Amino acid sequence: MAARATDPANNGAGSDDRSGGPAIAVHDLVKHFGDVEAVRGVEFAVPPGEVFGFLGPNGAGKTTTIHMLCTLAKPTSGWATVAGHDIVSERDDERRNIGLVFQDPTLDNYLTAEQNLKLHAELYGLQRDLVRPRMRQVLEMVGLWERKDSPVGTFSGGMRRRLEIARGMMHSPRVLFLDEPTIGLDPQTRRSIWTYIAELQEREEITIFMTTHYMDEAEWCDRIAIMDHGEIVALDAPGKLKAGVGADRVMIHTDNDEAAIAALQDRFGIEARIAEGAVTFGVQQGEEFVPRLFAELAVPIKGVSVSRPTLDDVFMSYTGTTIRDAEEDAAKNRNRMMMQVMHGGRR
Amino acid sequence: MSAATTAIEEPRAAAPVRVHVPPHSLASELRAIQIVWRRDLIRFKADRIRIAATFVQPLLFLFVLGSGLQQLSSAGTHGVNLKTFIYPGILCISVMFTAMFSAASIVWDREFGFLREMMVAPVRRSSIVIGKCLGGATVACSQGVIMILLGPAVGVDYNVTLILGIFGLQLLLAFTITAFGVMIAIRIKQMQAFFGVMQMIVMPMFFISGALFPVSGLPGWLTVLNRIDPLTYAVDPMRRLVFSHLSISPAARRALDPGVTWWGWRVPSLLEAAVVAALGLLMLGVAIWEFSGTE
Repeated sequence: MAARATDPANNGAGSDDRSGGPAIAVHDLVKHFGDVEAVRGVEFAVPPGEVFGFLGPNGAGKTTTIHMLCTLAKPTSGWATVAGHDIVSERDDERRNIGLVFQDPTLDNYLTAEQNLKLHAELYGLQRDLVRPRMRQVLEMVGLWERKDSPVGTFSGGMRRRLEIARGMMHSPRVLFLDEPTIGLDPQTRRSIWTYIAELQEREEITIFMTTHYMDEAEWCDRIAIMDHGEIVALDAPGKLKAGVGADRVMIHTDNDEAAIAALQDRFGIEARIAEGAVTFGVQQGEEFVPRLFAELAVPIKGVSVSRPTLDDVFMSYTGTTIRDAEEDAAKNRNRMMMQVMHGGRR
Repeated sequence: MSAATTAIEEPRAAAPVRVHVPPHSLASELRAIQIVWRRDLIRFKADRIRIAATFVQPLLFLFVLGSGLQQLSSAGTHGVNLKTFIYPGILCISVMFTAMFSAASIVWDREFGFLREMMVAPVRRSSIVIGKCLGGATVACSQGVIMILLGPAVGVDYNVTLILGIFGLQLLLAFTITAFGVMIAIRIKQMQAFFGVMQMIVMPMFFISGALFPVSGLPGWLTVLNRIDPLTYAVDPMRRLVFSHLSISPAARRALDPGVTWWGWRVPSLLEAAVVAALGLLMLGVAIWEFSGTE
């Protein structure tokens, strides 16, 4: 999914969509809760049509950032524009141009899927004659058209999330914000949600800004920003970030690991070590290296595996910690933050 | 929402239907008010248990309390059935309970997340509050109508001007109480807390209002409390209205419908209604102000 330029001709109604500039521009955005610095000066730009992901452990400041960008929280300092509108001074203009899907459900479970969308259409003042065709379209996109008359209370978690995405798209936003769109869902449902999002982005040509703490999901993004402790530590396409880590990981099984390690050092100048019961080392272009390994290493090899660096490796290389450890740290920090909010700030 | 499916057969891969969100206008705000109002009605219709529950309580007061205490009070009521006497009060409280319940749905919406959907919509917060108050008032009045229909069972015969009058007063009261409930509900994050506050405020308001007793000759402290209870100013004109359609002895009228007085001056019904309306608008204003301040 390459970033594509928006077609101005396709944009008849978008008089207030100041095309040309980035879909999202963020400059030195800061948010404090009491003396906890949740977001410390993030800065980035998202061109129109991109799927941009915020990746990081829980508590890294992703949700706080997304809340500021979609006008739910005021920044302590710095500024940002979304669809060309300032997030503070042009709040209402921005709201008309963004779609939101939150971590927590915001559907009315007593109403049917159709009634929920109808309510949204009325709140957003959509043209009456377009409400029904548009509703049908977004419901079909997420495969819920047949269930439109069922109360949302009877839906599964995955169906509800899909309905929320459909509702977020109902008013043809220029930018769709998805805060952890797959949290709490099983892997299969998560995959299907991503398929829907990808299809939707393709068809509607919108910009998608999302957060996730699932490493594998970041692969769906055109670019990702890795966030840790309220700061962006890396920002690039997932492939480039992984390439930046460099080496592929090669693991070999031998009869004599010590001899193999010594031979690797002698023959190739490679520092290898034992990890997970195998001789492990990093090397550029691992797949091309393997034939040489067999040809030139004196020690017989019983098995070999080559793996590309994952985003986990990327996260590790930038933060020096795994995402799991980072989440535990962040949980402590979050508790502190909640105490601050409860005691200090207004409720 | 029409149940009939229109048979527009578009191919699945049709070009996206592009809609456009118009800028603020009075029309868009009215649509928002209307849909918030309608949601309350849809939900009320779907919630049969709630309809039953809010209906039972006034019936208990009217028939159980009314019939039970009748045996003690027949001397004091000058031959008027106690049920007839408390009927105007019950007309008010049935509306009041339902209106408070409607307001509670704001707390409910917050707990279940739906409030956020309304908060981020590009409409004024005031539209949401107004829609909510109108919704609560409408639901409460539909309850009130059932109570009106019970009139003949307690010796109050149907009469067009009487019914219209009662309905008008109920509408006014329902709006004011919903505004009051919404004003409180906005500050409260949990349902349990809201019911706690209701018990603390609504029950005293109801008991002090004179819905169950005449408001003259009360002990001084109770007179003071009664005169500052907003519900008093709904119950009193309601009773005056109902009693004006009864044929009872002047002695009974004096004893049972003495009317609210301020330092000996009989407060006219219209002024009482104005007090209720003014309070309603005031609380609506506070609710809007509070709601606009929350993120």
